[in-house]
Amino acid sequence: MAGLTFSSVSKLYDGTPALDGIDAEIARGEFVALLGPSGCGKTTLLRLTAGFESPDRGRVTLGGRVLADRNTLVPPEERNIGIVFQSYALWPHKSVAGNIAYPLEVRGLAADERKRRVAEALELTGLSTFADRAPAQLSGGQRQRVALARCLVADPQAVLLDEPLANLDLALRGAMQEAFAAFHRRTGATMVYVTHDQTEALALADRVAVMEKGRIRQFAAPEALYDQPQDCFVASFVGDGAVVKVDRAGTPAAGTVVVQALGQEIEARGHGMTPTHICIRPEQVRLDADGPITARVSTCTYQGGRFRLSLQAQGATLIAHTPMRASIGEELRLSLHSPWAFCDPAGLAAAKGDEYA
Amino acid sequence: MIAASANKISRSPDRLISLLLLPVALIALGPMLRLLGEGFGIGSELTLVHATEVLGRPNTLTALQHSLITAGAGTLLSIIIASAFAFMVALTDIRAKAALVFCLMIPMMIPPQITALAWMQATGPSSVLLKTLGIAPPLGSPQPLHSAWGISLLLGIQHASIIFLILRAGLRMIPGDLVEAARISGARSWRVWAQIVLPLSLPSLAAGAAMTFVTALGNFGIPAMLGIPARYSTLPTLIYQRLVGMGQSVLAEVAVLALLIGVVAIAGVLAGRLFLRRRAYGLVGLASQPLVLSLGRKRPLVEIILWSFIFLTLVVPLLALVSTSLIPAYGVPLTPDTATLKAWVEVLFNQPVTRRAYANSLLLATSAAVILMAVSVPLAWLMNRRPTRLTRAIDALVDLPYALPGVVLAISCILAFMRLPFGITLYGTLTIILLAYLSRFLVVMLRPVQAAIGQLDPAMEEAAASSGARLGRRLFDIVLPLSAPAAAAGAILVFLTAVNELTVSALLWTGGTETLGVVIFNLEDSGDTVMASALATSIVAVVIALMAIVQLSASRLPKGTVPWQG
Repeated sequence: MAGLTFSSVSKLYDGTPALDGIDAEIARGEFVALLGPSGCGKTTLLRLTAGFESPDRGRVTLGGRVLADRNTLVPPEERNIGIVFQSYALWPHKSVAGNIAYPLEVRGLAADERKRRVAEALELTGLSTFADRAPAQLSGGQRQRVALARCLVADPQAVLLDEPLANLDLALRGAMQEAFAAFHRRTGATMVYVTHDQTEALALADRVAVMEKGRIRQFAAPEALYDQPQDCFVASFVGDGAVVKVDRAGTPAAGTVVVQALGQEIEARGHGMTPTHICIRPEQVRLDADGPITARVSTCTYQGGRFRLSLQAQGATLIAHTPMRASIGEELRLSLHSPWAFCDPAGLAAAKGDEYA
Repeated sequence: MIAASANKISRSPDRLISLLLLPVALIALGPMLRLLGEGFGIGSELTLVHATEVLGRPNTLTALQHSLITAGAGTLLSIIIASAFAFMVALTDIRAKAALVFCLMIPMMIPPQITALAWMQATGPSSVLLKTLGIAPPLGSPQPLHSAWGISLLLGIQHASIIFLILRAGLRMIPGDLVEAARISGARSWRVWAQIVLPLSLPSLAAGAAMTFVTALGNFGIPAMLGIPARYSTLPTLIYQRLVGMGQSVLAEVAVLALLIGVVAIAGVLAGRLFLRRRAYGLVGLASQPLVLSLGRKRPLVEIILWSFIFLTLVVPLLALVSTSLIPAYGVPLTPDTATLKAWVEVLFNQPVTRRAYANSLLLATSAAVILMAVSVPLAWLMNRRPTRLTRAIDALVDLPYALPGVVLAISCILAFMRLPFGITLYGTLTIILLAYLSRFLVVMLRPVQAAIGQLDPAMEEAAASSGARLGRRLFDIVLPLSAPAAAAGAILVFLTAVNELTVSALLWTGGTETLGVVIFNLEDSGDTVMASALATSIVAVVIALMAIVQLSASRLPKGTVPWQG
């Protein structure tokens, strides 16, 4: 297994950038998720890594070896990268064992060695009893595991997964998520996982790259994305809660900053530039009879053990969790506890625009 | 931008496989290009005199009009017949599907001039069958098939199975869950058919219709047998008549006529392709449960209608053909006393030329099928996965040798292969007929393979690439097995079509290289209808026997190998 780096990788389709200056470094053995709405370029980045697309600019390296840059383009068959397709792409004319054995056949391994490794991969994915079945005779989850076994049997330097759970039911998704995590622990493979489902990404990955419009908006550990989003897109795309524009703000010092929002002075966490927005997660909103903010309940949904309220306050919609049901239209008082204040690059531009207007 | 990155990604094996395009282009299109030159007088003096003169003649325009009318009406009829059969066979629970499809396939496998001969024996005042049954029209009444409608009718029946095969294959690709989804949404059968099945099958229908139109346009046997007596010329018969009447002096003139029909054929193909491009749906997922709609109590009625059609269009004409082959001389009525196998014995045993023709036809058909199968898989892959201007040009032009009347291809081949370098001439050998067949039937083989490769999920190959397989290996391990059924189906089509070929060999044969089509044509041409009927019946018997052998071995072949298999 080896680390994967992208430096200023760009890809154009008909003059429109599908990838726009991607810079990222994925460490050896790391499990990384590419998360974003459809059309954000995550699949293009994956296919470019596998070698099915070539970058128009920039460089991709794997374990120090250049896979693609201005002068080099290593074809997919020489990259030693495994990929699990969304459609699984199992060859219908080969049995389960035949599918899994194929990468070893291509590499010219001796028959005994091949047999041993296929048996091992079957065992590892719990498919031993299905070795002679045709792919068409398997369920979705089983096909998924065949695809995974096929890509891992040749011991690739990196494993790419393209929305591997998109076609599976919820229960199976949970089981397969655990299987992937266990697999990653056991093999220590460098894994890149494309998904539009943030629950999957946050649950599985060591780090998540949130993508939008061909750019990586933030590349960080799941808890950092949640607690310290860098811009409005990440703040609203990842996790529940509210993003509220700041009216006035001080300069962050020692990790805290005082901002004026929702008609209140609010003490928030923050550092770096003067913030433009605050991100308020549900657990940072407390119902508090003495709280400074008045809010009206607009929806109340039971989520097992707690209620999720959306609250209208000063033109913003806040989300809160409570143990008690609230009635719609009810007025509540609440207080905020260290929300995250950040400076949104686009928001900054918009704020400047406001000044000129 | 995309072209640039595609070029960057092309690697040496890709360039190697591109070399395949060269011989394919030479053999498939070379003769046609040579013809093009002849049409415009290249080689002697560059001139458009031929073109303007020939195109200005009234009989050219009449023939063009006749061609368009008969091919158009024939295609419409084919669409109606083929749709009825395809929807019923592919989507409903009627019984004995295999037998029905087998019978529907027979007209396509029988040479057109035999079809025409058989139908003429089944209608009109001199029909032996009708006379025996006592229902023949009075002597002197006209033969109803000697008309535009007669030609259209037979073209429609002859080519219906082309649309049927393509449409049924398309219907099979429709996942059952799409229909189930519609029914769950509350749609009843007719609505499911009109709003789900029909739109999804339109691309196949259009592809089939385009191919049928092009085939009908180039049909020579039917308009020759039915149209010439009625002085109703289509472009192919006009070309044939000019060539037979005037000899090689009109080569340049018929070349222009040939180019005209080529333009019409290309227009048809392009129209079909334009339609396909706007209507291409990607059907996701493995073909799951094939969908089956229950006809309920209407099933026996539908079955009776379908089988009555088979009886009228297949059994009756063939019975008429057999009746004619059993009389001692034309005009003698068929009774238990007059029935004789004299014509059969004469044609099959007393004439060595017939046995030789059988051997030649079988050898040519086998070679053509095998060679084309080997070429088509990599060629179709290249056209689909690495499209360039060259592959698109070949894709558009490859219909030409098949669309053009066989006589024209024959002339092209004579022009192209008569004088090769080093004093070699292929004229008068089986090789020149084989080359003509390769050129003519490439498209028959290529299209099913192209369709199969087009439907192959590219991820199948990408998975193999990621497994470390290089291009050649991917083609052999993944593309070949997955397109083999289509390739085998194409090979069988080529074989059966080549066995019956008349028009190309009619002008390329010499003593010793006769084909079956030539021998039967010569017998019929010399007015020996009884002997022609006997030989035609024997050919029909051979064709049905070959089809039956394939049908019986179908269970041992990979699924989908036999084109008409259920």
